[in-house]
Amino acid sequence: MAVSGAPYRLRSAGDLPRRSPLAGLGAAYEHMWLIYRRTWRGSIFGSFVQPVLFLLAMGVGLGTYVDTASPDALGGVPYIQWLAPALLVSTVMQGSVFEATFPVLGGFNWDRRYHGMYATPLTPFAIAFGQLGWVVTRALMVASIFAFVILLFGAAATPGIVLAIPVAMLTALAFAGPVAAFMSTQRDTAAFNSIWRFGVTPLFLFSGTFFPIDRLPDFLQPIAWVLPLWHGVDLARALALGTVGQQPLLHLAHLVILLAGAIVGLVATYVMFKRKLER
Amino acid sequence: MTPDESPTPLIHARGLTKKFGEFTAVDAVDFDVASGESFGFLGPNGAGKTSTMRMVGCVSPVTAGTLRILGLDPNVDGPRIRGRLGVVPQQDTLDTELSVRDNLVIYARYFGMSHAEARTKADALLEFVQLAERAKDKVEPLSGGMKRRLTIARALINDPSILLLDEPTTGLDPQARHLLWDRLYRLKQQGVTLVLTTHYMDEAEQLCDRLVVMDKARIVAEGSPLQLIERYSTREVTELRFAVGVQETLDGQLEGLGERIERLPDRVLVYSNDGEAAAAAANQRGLRPETVLVRRSSLEDVFLRLTGRSLVD
Ligand SMILES: Nc1ncnc2c1ncn2[C@@H]1O[C@H](COP(=O)(O)OP(=O)(O)OP(=O)(O)O)[C@@H](O)[C@H]1O
Ligand SMILES: [Mg+2]
Repeated sequence: MAVSGAPYRLRSAGDLPRRSPLAGLGAAYEHMWLIYRRTWRGSIFGSFVQPVLFLLAMGVGLGTYVDTASPDALGGVPYIQWLAPALLVSTVMQGSVFEATFPVLGGFNWDRRYHGMYATPLTPFAIAFGQLGWVVTRALMVASIFAFVILLFGAAATPGIVLAIPVAMLTALAFAGPVAAFMSTQRDTAAFNSIWRFGVTPLFLFSGTFFPIDRLPDFLQPIAWVLPLWHGVDLARALALGTVGQQPLLHLAHLVILLAGAIVGLVATYVMFKRKLER
Repeated sequence: MTPDESPTPLIHARGLTKKFGEFTAVDAVDFDVASGESFGFLGPNGAGKTSTMRMVGCVSPVTAGTLRILGLDPNVDGPRIRGRLGVVPQQDTLDTELSVRDNLVIYARYFGMSHAEARTKADALLEFVQLAERAKDKVEPLSGGMKRRLTIARALINDPSILLLDEPTTGLDPQARHLLWDRLYRLKQQGVTLVLTTHYMDEAEQLCDRLVVMDKARIVAEGSPLQLIERYSTREVTELRFAVGVQETLDGQLEGLGERIERLPDRVLVYSNDGEAAAAAANQRGLRPETVLVRRSSLEDVFLRLTGRSLVD
């Protein structure tokens, strides 16, 4: 029965539709788009600036020096072409750690958005995967812009550079999942600062992006194997340079490890979000 | 199980219990809420009001006992039940990065409404809570009262069968509270079932048809505000306030002034059916309080009687 002029329409209590969890997931994901609409200009600009700066400094500047000093060091590939796909993956990885930290801390502790979402038919499944789905979407955007800049620089060895984009998305998920799961247990950014300083930055520098990992001291090489960044970097590079066929098993292993990391991250985020929401 | 007064209560709780580890926040409480009723939980900090509301809101698993909402079990049908609830949580959960209107629109999407429906509904509700002119503003700079109103608007977006309000007016100035009360009263008249918690007896008296008093995880009394006052208090109360230090010297001089005497740190309450007569009797005994106030009994007195403590410290 509608009450005229009132914003409220009394509904019968028996009217209890079931909704699919996927519908909720779509709405949670839409929420992230709505937030992004307000900030996209600044973020798109940043997504262009970073690759331009890095490719100029490392690719052109350092690359000219490397290529002259030892032309065969990287199998005859110019340094900028060797660097570009790896830098794409590493940059996307860094972004994904951010995207898995601040929205999660805010959702649980600051504006407590997730608790508001959970008071509706949304499930922890929708809330957790809506957030991670958004991280992967951001990875797609950042990676695509990066690939575009690489093409502008003429730094693509083959059209395979496009395949670095899905590799970057998978790598982003393999990082964002565990980070989001962990951040659901935190109340502030203290732990994030440590993760960034002692985790993300060293990984960025030492995971084969700027120089091959066989240049690392022996005791550090197993670490590159355990953490997913090197797998993403090496796979993206092989795809971009067209050298996957040279070591098919190694590259298959990269893919399997990235997939495993992504799945572990998805499950961990779901479990932790559910625990945190259901108190 | 006791037979129900009404055919199907919207909320039915028996032995409802919530534990956090070893700590019992809600200890085997029983209550029913009928359709169209407005039902309150009155109690001091830590009584277990929010813990109960969260179980009813299907966001906190029941530790023990029976809970049925709209005839369904929250452990099985949580999302379906939540689709028919409107929730105003104790702490705001608005998205501070979105505009006022977008907060409502995205919430409507959570209930499966179309974009067009969501926008129409959002605008109507912003009018209802008098926030239409702030529609495009961000949430962050809104005052506490405005955020509360927005949260109430958001809770109505799905035309809920039950509206759960956890301390809807705590921290608001009197004007903001009265505006909120007015809106809630209108909803009640439209037949919305309200369930609310509060520390404020005036709020409970204004809005609740029936309420329970909670203290230390248990329900200690139940009834309409009037019934509770009749059952646990007298018609009138005489408040005697003495000069500093005098109250401690009055041993034995107060007894018999009324049916019951309650000594608070700053004043003495005399419960009787004729407050003026009690004041006169005090005067005859040579007591010289600095101020004398005769008033009607309120839920505050009920609470004091039941728990030995006052409601708002
Ligand atoms: N998630 C939790 N973990 C552990 N203890 C909790 C949790 N939530 C509430 N409690 C405890 O349960 C008790 C009841 O809390 P609750 O929030 O239900 O009280 P309340 O009546 O709503 O109080 P207030 O008027 O302060 O809001 C308190 O002692 C509180 O510390
Ligand atoms: Mg509370």
